[in-house]
Order: sequence, then C-alpha cells, then structure tokens
Amino acid sequence: MRQIAIYGKGGIGKSTTTQNTVAALAEAGNKVLIVGCDPKGDSTRLVLNGLNQKTVLDTLRDEGEDIELDDIIHTGFGGTRCVESGGPEPGVGCAGRGIITSINLLESLGAYTEDTDFVFYDVLGDVVCGGFAMPIREGKAKEIYIVASGELMALYAANNICKGICRYADNGEVRLGGIICNSRNVDNERELLEAFASELGSQLLYFVPRDNVVQRAEINRKTVIDYEPNAPQAHEYRNLAQNMAENKMFVIPRPMVQDRLEELMMDFGILDAL
Amino acid sequence: MINNRILDEILGQYPVKVKKNRKKHIVIKDADMDRQEIDANTRTIPGVITNRGCAYAGCKGVVLGPLKDVVHIVHGPVGCGYYAWLTRRNKAKSEDPTKNYMTYCFSTDMQESDIVFGGEKKLTRMIDEVVEVFKPEAVTISATCPVGLIGDDIGQVAKNAHAKYPEVNFTAYSCEGYKGVSQSAGHHIANNGLMQHVIGQGNMEEVPSSFTLNILGEYNIGGDGWEIKQMLEEIGYHIQTVMTGDGSYEELKNAHVSNLNLVQCHRSINYIADMLEIKYGTPWLKVNFIGIDSTIKSLRDMALYFSDQGLMERTEAYIMRELQKVETLLEPYKRICEGKTAFCFVGGSRGHHYQGLYKELGIDTILAGYEFAHRDDYEGREIIDSIKLDADSQNIPNLTVEPDVNRYRVKVSPEKMEELKEKIPLNYYEGMMRSMHEGSIIVDDLNHYETEELIRILKPDIFSSGIKDKYVVQKMGIPTKQLHNYDYSGPYAGFGGAVNFARDIAMSLASPTWNYTVPPWHSKPLLEGKILERVSDNA
Repeated sequence: MRQIAIYGKGGIGKSTTTQNTVAALAEAGNKVLIVGCDPKGDSTRLVLNGLNQKTVLDTLRDEGEDIELDDIIHTGFGGTRCVESGGPEPGVGCAGRGIITSINLLESLGAYTEDTDFVFYDVLGDVVCGGFAMPIREGKAKEIYIVASGELMALYAANNICKGICRYADNGEVRLGGIICNSRNVDNERELLEAFASELGSQLLYFVPRDNVVQRAEINRKTVIDYEPNAPQAHEYRNLAQNMAENKMFVIPRPMVQDRLEELMMDFGILDAL
Repeated sequence: MINNRILDEILGQYPVKVKKNRKKHIVIKDADMDRQEIDANTRTIPGVITNRGCAYAGCKGVVLGPLKDVVHIVHGPVGCGYYAWLTRRNKAKSEDPTKNYMTYCFSTDMQESDIVFGGEKKLTRMIDEVVEVFKPEAVTISATCPVGLIGDDIGQVAKNAHAKYPEVNFTAYSCEGYKGVSQSAGHHIANNGLMQHVIGQGNMEEVPSSFTLNILGEYNIGGDGWEIKQMLEEIGYHIQTVMTGDGSYEELKNAHVSNLNLVQCHRSINYIADMLEIKYGTPWLKVNFIGIDSTIKSLRDMALYFSDQGLMERTEAYIMRELQKVETLLEPYKRICEGKTAFCFVGGSRGHHYQGLYKELGIDTILAGYEFAHRDDYEGREIIDSIKLDADSQNIPNLTVEPDVNRYRVKVSPEKMEELKEKIPLNYYEGMMRSMHEGSIIVDDLNHYETEELIRILKPDIFSSGIKDKYVVQKMGIPTKQLHNYDYSGPYAGFGGAVNFARDIAMSLASPTWNYTVPPWHSKPLLEGKILERVSDNA
C-alpha cells in the first residue's frame, strides 16, 4: 500500500488533479482510498458524483464514539473508497485537531485494508498548523506531491510546504515525490516549474495542460476520465497516474530562501511580465 | 553564611547562559547599599524545576475561587477544574448554606469533539444548567489553555448569557495557563475583570459606618481572614468585603463605599487597590497581620488613618489585652525555637510576612524569596516606574480607570494624606528586602537544585515553602512547614494565630521523627558489584 499526500496552494486544483489521477489509477485496476482532509469536505465530489457524504467528524459528533466504517466510507468511480474528514464551520473550533482525530479514527476502525493499493490524502491549502501535517507524520503518507503552477504565489506556497516536509523528513520516511504542474498558461511555465523542481532537488512529475473539459466534467460532478474517457485531457491524467505509479525519485527537498525564489521567477521572465 | 564565592560555585553547575540569568535573581543582602536590584517576574528557564503555577491558577485558583456565592465555571478539559477543586484551603461559610458553592467543582469537561467543533455551545448549555440548578447571582468563566488555542469567544458567551439572564452577573476571564510567566498574570486578569464588571455593580451609595474597610489580598487560608475580621470588628471597624477569602459577590459589588482599603497580599491585588483609589478615591494601607509586632503596627496605622480618639483607645486596649493573653502562651514555644534558622520561600507576600513572626519566636530567616512576585515586592514600590515592561507583561491587558463622576469621594484631604504618608504606608509597600539583615539571601523563583544546594550549605532548622518542594526537603531530614496551605493547620494571623504558628513550628522542631529516619545510603551501599576477574597487581 502506498500512502500519498497531495499539498498545494488553495484553489490550485489539488482536488481535481487528485481525483482525476485516482480515477485513472482505478481504471487501471488499482484499489484506491481517498481521505479528504479539508474542512469543506469537497475532496471526493467528482469520484462520488456528488457532495453527499457524511464526514467522519460529523458522524463522530452525532453518534459518539460508536462508529461503523460503513457510516463514513462511500464507494465511487471504479470502486474507489472515499472518506471526508470534515471539520468545524469556519471561525470556530480547531480544524487541524479534527484531521488528527479523524485519521486516528480511520486507523482504529481499520480503513486501511490490506488489499488497498493507494491511499490519497487531499490536504487543505497550506500547512497552517500541526493538524494539517498529520498525513505526513507518524509514518502515514510517505510520498508527497505538490500541485503548483507558474504563478508566484503557487510557488511560494510550494516552497513553504517543502519546509514543512523537511521538518518531518529529517526524522522519518516522508519524501517529496515531485511537483505536478496544473497549468495556468503562464509564459515559460514548464521551464520555470522544471527549474523550480530541480532547485528543490526534485522533479516535475507531470505537466497537466489546461483544458476546459475539466470544468465541463466538474459541472457534471465527474472526473474527465468518467465524463469523457476519450478526451485528450483524460490521457494526460492517465499519463500522470502512470508516472506516479512508476515514480522512483523520492527526496528530502531543499527549500529555497525567498530571494532565490524571486530570482528564479526573474530568470524565467515572470516578474518582467507583471 | 554564604558569600559570592560560594554562590558562584553553586551557579557554576549551570550552563553559562543559565548562570548569567539566575545570578540576577539571587541577592546577598548588603546593608551598606541603599538599594539592591533583583530580577523578577521573568520567564523560568526550561529544564529548571520551578514551584510556579500558571495564569489560570492565579486567576481562578487564587483571586476568583474564594468568592463563595459565585459559581466558578472552568471552561476546558476536566483536569484543570478537578485539580483546583478545594485544594487551596480558602475556607468559607455562609449564612444561607444554599448560597455557598465552595464545595462544588464546575467544569465543562471538554472532549475531543468540543476541541474540533468549538466549545461555546457546551459552555452555553452549562450556563443554562447552572442557572437552573443553583440560581447564583454571579457566574465566572475561566478559560484554560485549549480554549485560547481554538479561540472560543467566552466574552461573547458571557454577554449572551447576561442578555438571557439579566439578573445574573457573568464575567469571563481569558486566563489561559500559558499567559504570562507565572500565576501572577492570572491575578492581574482577575483584578481587571472584578474591577470592570463586579465592583461598583451594587447600589449602595452611603458608607454604612465611618470606619468601613475592605480587606484586599486576604484569602482566608486556614481561617486567617476570620481571625482578622473578628479582631477588627471587635475594635470597631466595619468590614464591607474581603477580597476574596470567605468573600462574596453580594458584598464585593458594594466595595466602592469603603473609607479605606487594607492590602495584605500586595502582589495579587495591588491593581484593584490602585484602581479603587483612582475611581472612588479610597486610599489603601499596606498591612501585615502575620506576627504580633506587625499586627500591632497595622492596627495602630489604621487607627492613625482614621485619627479617631475612641478608635485609638479601643485599639490600644485590644492590643494590651491580647498581648497579655499570648505572652504566657508563647513562652514555652519560644524556648524551643530560640536560636534556630529558617528558609522562607512563598508566593508573593508571605515570603516577607512570616519573617517577623519567625523573629518573634527567636528564629532567624536566613533565606527568603518569592515564587512569582515582581521587583516592587522585593525593592519597594518606588521602583515601579523604572521596571521595563517586557513582552510577557505587555501581553496582559492593563486596565485604566477614570474617577467615577457620582461615586468619587475625597476620603482624606490631600494635606492630611501627605501628613499620613510620612507616618504610615499609605498607597505604599516597602518590599521584602529593606527589612532583611546583612548577609541574608534573597532568591527569586527558587528552584529545586538551588534549594538542595542552599540547604546543604546553610542547614536551616526549618524550611517553609509549599507542596512542590516539601517532601524533597523532608527527605533531607529538615522539618518543613507549608506556608501556602498551612499543612491542614491555622489560622496563623493575628495574636491567636501567632500562638498556633508557634505551636506548630515548635512541634516540628521538637519532633523526634528526624532522629528515627535513616537515609538509605547510611544503611546500604550506594554501588553494588562483584569481581568477575581478578587482574594481577602488575597489570
């Protein structure tokens, strides 16, 4: 079983990329579990064809400690099992603690079955507190992929996440598997991302081009693989899934200092364009 | 005796930075110097075993907790409520036993899901339940650490509760344990809350008697407050309220009417004392009812403040009568105590207050200190302006008050005030260090390592401190006396209290227990081993 965590700036397309990748893996016969670690609980909408899940924390609150796995796990496209950790409404309580609670609960309930090939953690925007680092602590996810684009803030966030990874990588087995570019059609985007990844000591795992079919599929609550299996974009996701499945490059990243990051942006003409 | 060389040896065991830090917290009294500076109210060094508590302990545990007709809700996991439940020996009794909640423990018992989803709803439910079951007139809500981390807005919950139950006074205290460097931060937070939302809420406008007092910073540990109250009432004073030992919301809300505030524990309550003067014009007088001489001085200072002939005569008559009573009682104890030495390391006032009582018994205090006091408690209030506020202190909101348009009264004319200040400590505390003798040691935030080393060198006959270091010291064969909770004894205040204290100390000193304790290293080897192979002498 490979446990994979997906991080990246908010709104970069983590959930979309994750679910399309998962759909491709499932299509190829893999058994996959998605654990949504975003209090909004929208990490599994495309795989389940709708946002209807009762989250782990809702269930915990309503039904107490006595929870059955079936109450919180739902099966979607290609037999993919989906869990949403959920969390409090914005502005109250502690969402980070919620993620810790729900992942512990999933473990104790035995959600991680032997026959699972991949577990994906789709984690909220940035690593804001210890709770959001839960998937990469204590030997859970050992592989991390960061979704980024050629935009400055996306790279800032990615670089910052690498700092978080270092903290846990030094004492454990967690490693960065690569950067996934979810293209925004920025100038020199592929070159910039390749340079960024190599500066971190990692790789650009895949460059996902921009295609409106993704939005169309999303409106229909589906992944591209599910909605239009023969679209070129579906093949892009299949390639990404294959790269991920075959990936052998796992590193402890070397995050950049701010100045170096900005220098890099300059080199590739991004800041000039602004 | 200890000198700088020996002190350096003790501190030499620390890493350089720690040594540099701790050195500033230890002073050997030099009577030739006008003033000696000591560092206080700064962070304890991680790794050092301190006796200090947390902000929540200072707020709910010390200042708010003793108010008997108030339901004190502790918002947090159950431990903080449970372990502060009846552990401080602040006694209380009520005319109406249904209005004394002292024996109850109110905790919201936060669980995992309350942390995740926020605990405000649970707190609101608890308030409903408490109001329904106990019908209190006032409720306090004290925040523990996780409440601050998840950001529950307890102030808003209190406001909403007041809107729902307008006849009940609700106050919320953001006294999360991690605030400030010790419990001292919690005292300040509690002072601010009581001043803002409790004192002055009553509708009393006229002072009930010309000699009406509030007693501030008296927590009725072991019944001290009762002893003091009885004494003062007999002389002819009217006690409006005691803050907060055996105190009540009922009396506290009218504290604004009094003619004078007495301050026993300066550290924990001086904020209110100052604010009462600014807002209502009530001066405060530093008193000390521990020890016979101090008690007599305090009584005379009070009489002088009011400058009433009858009051002065009754004061002198009372002193004479009590002195006669206790002198013969003290005699046998003094014979046991004479010539002995003591360490006196307590909170924020008793480290100073008990030195006089020890002296009267013939016991010399060779080391004294405070757990959580500030520099003014050591050096005197005149240095307050020169204390640099660090980030930890600035983290605690500083409340400023204005004179109350309707209730401010000039209680003593400015000229009389100046004249009195020459004679009695009005609005003034001289601190601990001034009265200590040459060569004695003053230690701030004393820790276990220093305790053991200083005991080894100075060999005191009695060690007075708290529960955290009591047993370590007892195992060293030194009798101990807890001056936080009085070891189930007391009262120790006033004349009768002095006799109780003398009896307890003499009992400790004369106890044969210490001759019977044999430390294990006297009867067993410290190391055990066997010879596996004999090496030849030439090898």
